[in-house]
Amino acid sequence: MAYYQNIFTQVQVRADTPDPGVPVPGMKRTSWATFSHLLGRIGNAQIGPIYLGYLGTLSLVFGFIAFEIIGLNMFASVNWDPVQFVRQLPWLALEPPKPQYGIKIFPPLSEGGWWLFAGFFLTSSVLLWWWRMYRRARALGLGTHTAWAFLSAIWLYLVLGFIRPLLMGSWSEAVPFGIFPHLDWTAAFSIRYGNLFYNPFHMLSIAFLYGSALLFAMHGATILAVGRFGGEREIEQIIDRGTASERAALFWRWTMGFNATMESIHRWAWWFAVLCPLSGGIGILLTGTVVDNWFLWGVMHGIAPEYPHVFAPVVDPALTTGGAP
Amino acid sequence: MRLAFSLLGIVVATLLTVAMLFTSGWVRPPIISTQTGYRGTGQEQLISAQNKRILEAANALPAPIDKASPSGERATSAYKNVKVLTDLSTDEFNRLMVAITQWVSPDQGCGYCHTDDLADDGIYTKIVARRMIAMTRDVNKDWTSHVGDVGVTCYTCHRGQPVPKNVWYENPGARHAGGMAAHNYGFGHPSASNGTTTMPVDSFTPHLLGDDNIRVVGKTALPTTQGAAIQQTEQSYALMMHMSQALGVNCTFCHNSRAFLDWSQSAPQRTVAWNALQMMRELNAVYLETLKPLYPANRLGPLGDSPKANCGTCHQGVSKPLYGQSLLKDFPELGGKAAP
Repeated sequence: MAYYQNIFTQVQVRADTPDPGVPVPGMKRTSWATFSHLLGRIGNAQIGPIYLGYLGTLSLVFGFIAFEIIGLNMFASVNWDPVQFVRQLPWLALEPPKPQYGIKIFPPLSEGGWWLFAGFFLTSSVLLWWWRMYRRARALGLGTHTAWAFLSAIWLYLVLGFIRPLLMGSWSEAVPFGIFPHLDWTAAFSIRYGNLFYNPFHMLSIAFLYGSALLFAMHGATILAVGRFGGEREIEQIIDRGTASERAALFWRWTMGFNATMESIHRWAWWFAVLCPLSGGIGILLTGTVVDNWFLWGVMHGIAPEYPHVFAPVVDPALTTGGAP
Repeated sequence: MRLAFSLLGIVVATLLTVAMLFTSGWVRPPIISTQTGYRGTGQEQLISAQNKRILEAANALPAPIDKASPSGERATSAYKNVKVLTDLSTDEFNRLMVAITQWVSPDQGCGYCHTDDLADDGIYTKIVARRMIAMTRDVNKDWTSHVGDVGVTCYTCHRGQPVPKNVWYENPGARHAGGMAAHNYGFGHPSASNGTTTMPVDSFTPHLLGDDNIRVVGKTALPTTQGAAIQQTEQSYALMMHMSQALGVNCTFCHNSRAFLDWSQSAPQRTVAWNALQMMRELNAVYLETLKPLYPANRLGPLGDSPKANCGTCHQGVSKPLYGQSLLKDFPELGGKAAP
């Protein structure tokens, strides 16, 4: 007999007609809704109805404008050659203004002006989407945890592209748009500021990032493992004996002496996820503004160990020969 | 429907796997790892046995030529219009000419530079060759801080080709739509010169012809003055990618990557490389860029500049050109003597 499981749903539960969801005053959703077998394999088979509203619509429009500014500038950078556009797409960039423009709001379009426009529209789009997320949660009577977690990511994005460049007095300090460009920027940023690994907030951010992955794996594995006892119905089982909920708790208490509860595991996960970009953003904000070389800062504070010297002493030749470094 | 999706999935996965297997430039194991620095600092060099074999074969010395006596009739009395090799005997002079033909124009022969009248300066390649001989002697005499007593010969760069395989021109980047579209200062296009990154395609003009500051890392723990911009950092980074690829080494050949700036943690090779940068700037400015008026248009770059040298011109993928074999020892004609 077919049975119901959590992730690889062998039987797709669906109604004859799509479920419109609970009625919420003032929240008019599209009448359109359908089913997708393929998406039903990894989630709910019902697609829609959707609520867009003013915030969602504006957010999508602003996001589209940013996407177009970035994409068309990239297309222009290969002289409108579609073949090169596809071949070089991961490398193509939209660079911020050069240092000489400081935090001028309207540098020439070809020298960073488009970057500022793209940044403005993308930031607007992201903030509108945040507001929409907050309002939809409220409309459904939910807590606003998702919105605040999203805001943590927005904080890191704003520090990188807006707050820190303002404090440094130069848009050129900000991140370029582009798939590889922003990664190469990251490597260069770390080198310029003397190795980000010695930045304690970078350390914290990495700890929360890896911690999030570990917690996600532990929690996901636990719930899947107790799925055969109906573990996804965790809260309603919490007061009974021998349930999936109790088995999951016992499993961890027996293996490591401590177990999170069905409620607290989600607080663990939420805080780890939120603290990752939050501490990372603080680390970026301090870089260049109050610390210029994290390695030397680490030496100053005794966190960078000295290794034995295995080479003959090396001295900066620019000091002795007077050549240009 | 389900079956169709599954089949489609299998086909897509197979195609992607095949594409990945045959397009990503894998390096065949075994990989030879050599530790150079203190354990835990990651200072080690990697090369695959296959690449090592290929490079060793490509860096074999050319066939030797019998030695010539430095005494006897002088080249200046036997030949007219000798301007650089004024201190050689006729035998040495002839031997060097044979060697240069073997090293630089084996297929084209003497006629690549000379007309029937050997003294004639009519072909531009002869004047270029004369300048290159002077440069080679200059390097062997005045730049031992970089080339040591191994020295260089014409073969170090030419390897049997009239134009060395690795030369560079000022690079304005690929064609761009122009107008008010962002031009990105040469960022965002993969190229051999930037190590297939998105960093600037031309780090040579500012650093190997000009002497723009390469050092970008903050010098003090706390900020004092406005330091280097990130875009400038990426320009230095691109140059370092070139050095790394030209020498077939990684960053830790010279640097301790935890503190790129710190000389006291660096390997001694970093000093050798620093002297190389000084040398490149001088050779490009004094010897190579000044040849521009002589070249025909097909030898010039997109901006009309002459071909110039970078680390790859001599090194060609190994940290010591020709694996440190000194061809100069067999050709004292090219070294240790003052350039006029």
